[in-house]
Amino acid sequence: MTRATLSAVLLAVLVLVALTAPWIAPHPPSSVVTGAFADPSAQAWLGGDSIGRDLFSRTLFGLRHTLGIALAVTVGAALLGITLALVAAIRRGWLDLLLGRLVDTLMAVPQIIFALMVLAVLGVSLPTLIGTMIVLETTLFFRVLRPAAGDVAAMDYLEVARLRGEGLAWTLRREVLPVLMPTVLAEIGIRFAFAALFISSLSFLGAGIQPPDADLGGLVRENALAITVGKLAPLVPAFVIALIAIAVNGVVDGFVRRHAIRPELLP
Amino acid sequence: MSEVLHVEGLRIEARGAPILDGIELSLQKGKVLGLIGESGAGKSTLGLAAIGYLKAGCAVTAGRVRLLGQDLGQQSPEALRALRRQRISYVAQSAAAAFNPFWRLERQVTELAVTPDRRALARDLFARLHLPEPEVFGRRYPHQVSGGQLQRAMIAMALANRPELVVFDEPTTALDVTTQVEVLAQIRQVVAEQGCAALYITHDLAVVAQMADDILVLRHGRMVEQGAVRQVVEAPRTDYARALVAHRSGSAPPEAAESAPLLAAEGLELGYGRKVIVQEVSLAVPRGQVLAIVGESGSGKTTVARALAGLIAPRAGSVRLEGRALAPLVEGRSAEDRRRLQFIHQLPDVALNPRHSLHEIIGRPLTLFHGLSGAALQTRLAALMADVELPVALLDRVPGALSGGQKQRVCIARALAAEPDLLICDEITSALDPLVEDGILALLQRLMQTRSLGIVFITHNLGLTRRFAHRVAVMERGRIVEEGATGSVFDAPAQPYTRRLLAAAPQMRAGWLTEAIGSLRPL
Repeated sequence: MTRATLSAVLLAVLVLVALTAPWIAPHPPSSVVTGAFADPSAQAWLGGDSIGRDLFSRTLFGLRHTLGIALAVTVGAALLGITLALVAAIRRGWLDLLLGRLVDTLMAVPQIIFALMVLAVLGVSLPTLIGTMIVLETTLFFRVLRPAAGDVAAMDYLEVARLRGEGLAWTLRREVLPVLMPTVLAEIGIRFAFAALFISSLSFLGAGIQPPDADLGGLVRENALAITVGKLAPLVPAFVIALIAIAVNGVVDGFVRRHAIRPELLP
Repeated sequence: MSEVLHVEGLRIEARGAPILDGIELSLQKGKVLGLIGESGAGKSTLGLAAIGYLKAGCAVTAGRVRLLGQDLGQQSPEALRALRRQRISYVAQSAAAAFNPFWRLERQVTELAVTPDRRALARDLFARLHLPEPEVFGRRYPHQVSGGQLQRAMIAMALANRPELVVFDEPTTALDVTTQVEVLAQIRQVVAEQGCAALYITHDLAVVAQMADDILVLRHGRMVEQGAVRQVVEAPRTDYARALVAHRSGSAPPEAAESAPLLAAEGLELGYGRKVIVQEVSLAVPRGQVLAIVGESGSGKTTVARALAGLIAPRAGSVRLEGRALAPLVEGRSAEDRRRLQFIHQLPDVALNPRHSLHEIIGRPLTLFHGLSGAALQTRLAALMADVELPVALLDRVPGALSGGQKQRVCIARALAAEPDLLICDEITSALDPLVEDGILALLQRLMQTRSLGIVFITHNLGLTRRFAHRVAVMERGRIVEEGATGSVFDAPAQPYTRRLLAAAPQMRAGWLTEAIGSLRPL
């Protein structure tokens, strides 16, 4: 089995587990079933968390939160970022300049600091969390796709479409997007992995999903103290975060290789 | 006489498929051998093999190349490098791509020179190639000189060490006709002065007829015909060589009776930003006729075509379709007007979306302009493919699977799908091989007659213009300097610029180059 297939299988398992968490988790995520930082037992397979909840069940639900938010953010940012990049590349002029400088400005501030600032002002809720992350991830989609779309916009077949009188939406959807598809798909994969890490980081810092719910980053934070007493509790959600990143990267890498997008950049 | 290059039974393969097979040739000191053939015939591969170089993925699987008595296949990489540095050289097609933009010309031209006085050497070479101000020419950077001058500088570089063999790979293909004549004459002169052997690669039989002593015709990697220039040009033995020779013959189409113009432009002034590119251009095309707009690069002919199509707005003047003024930009024109005027681009590679099947490419105008779908669409697509002489089976393919000529036919089919009244063709055959070009022109001629199309044909190729256009407009620096029936303009040009252009168009007959240079010199 190739690395890409292996990664795809791993990702599929992770998604399946996230989707079926309420049915396969042995305990509700918030009920106390064992002692604080209890060792693994038949009752709690991976032991207890900081207040004796089942770590295994909480990790399943955490995975659900992390993947769900990462997916929402990636889909939202991809739609917004790709559309803006394509429109800017075709229309040029002031719109292109404005969007370009706006993206530069947003990218000049470190993502995590920017998110913490916005969430401190607007308050933490699921919509503001997802909204803030979408804005930040949109800038990255724009930055990658605007130059790529610019190359396509210079092609004569766009002039042919213009001469035929095609509308902007048709031109973007039928003439530009298909040519950029390999780049778009690779970028979506990469951004998904980063969105999962981003929400984990925010939750670890306390600005993400709020207790008693917890995503994977929140679980690491809740159980961080256990590391000082030699328990494995925080390493379990951390390991799952790593699995997500590895699986998504493997799939994207395989895709990039198959379609030979800029193969000169590959190791 | 001593033999410089000897090739026997050469076969070169790439991924198992032969690129060259069964090549035999012998080149004596002081002789020029012309290599001719269409793209993909293996000309460049053979040219490179002569200097012991193979492109990545290629391998010699049979035969040998002997250069100056040494078998190149037996040489170590170091020995080959020494050979290339001192005794053989290569002139590539694009000088612009061969020069380092950050080095002055003198340094690049004399980089490999063995003589201690590089400045004197460069000066001597520049003077012999008739470059302006040879004393200071070498102080310039590549971007500060014209394309023709840069090409000559590259030839100077190739001659710096008085090589015994020079391979010229289409050294004038990227140049304007008038520049080409000068460069050709200078190549011929310096090769004769130095007494070196030369391999001259080109797709233009007329050029090779002026430059070479012998000709080798290649096709699909095999030798089709070999012989002295006179013999091949005057009495070709094979059908393929006969077709190549016949390519340039043919007479002007008769001028049709005066009729109301289909498309007319009056007093066009065009420019980008502050720059004025075209001034006071007026022209008219009736149905069933071809108007050729000819001129050198930068004369503004493509800009005129773009204004007719509505891609740029004129600063002054108007474009009229059957007497009715068209909106300056395509965005302001009605769907009906957009349908009636179709534009065909120069390079089909970038005019066809690589992700669309031919079905989508040709089908879109049918759906958009004529509302066709389902079985009616399929029938029409099949008819259009037949019109442009492409197999219907190709409809499911993408452009990447097609040859250059086939791609241009797809562009024509797409334009025809709109059922236009007028085609604007922007150098649509300039990237194609001569015989493929003939096919495209015959196709356009037939379509023009059956559909009584008007055609505006932008080109720098005067031979083509003479065979194909009813009327011709000659452009120089943004103005039309002469306009009239092709026959009368070509037979009795009224303007010096037209005479210059005509004199510079390569002809096959012996002695043309000498005459052409004679008539161009005073200017």
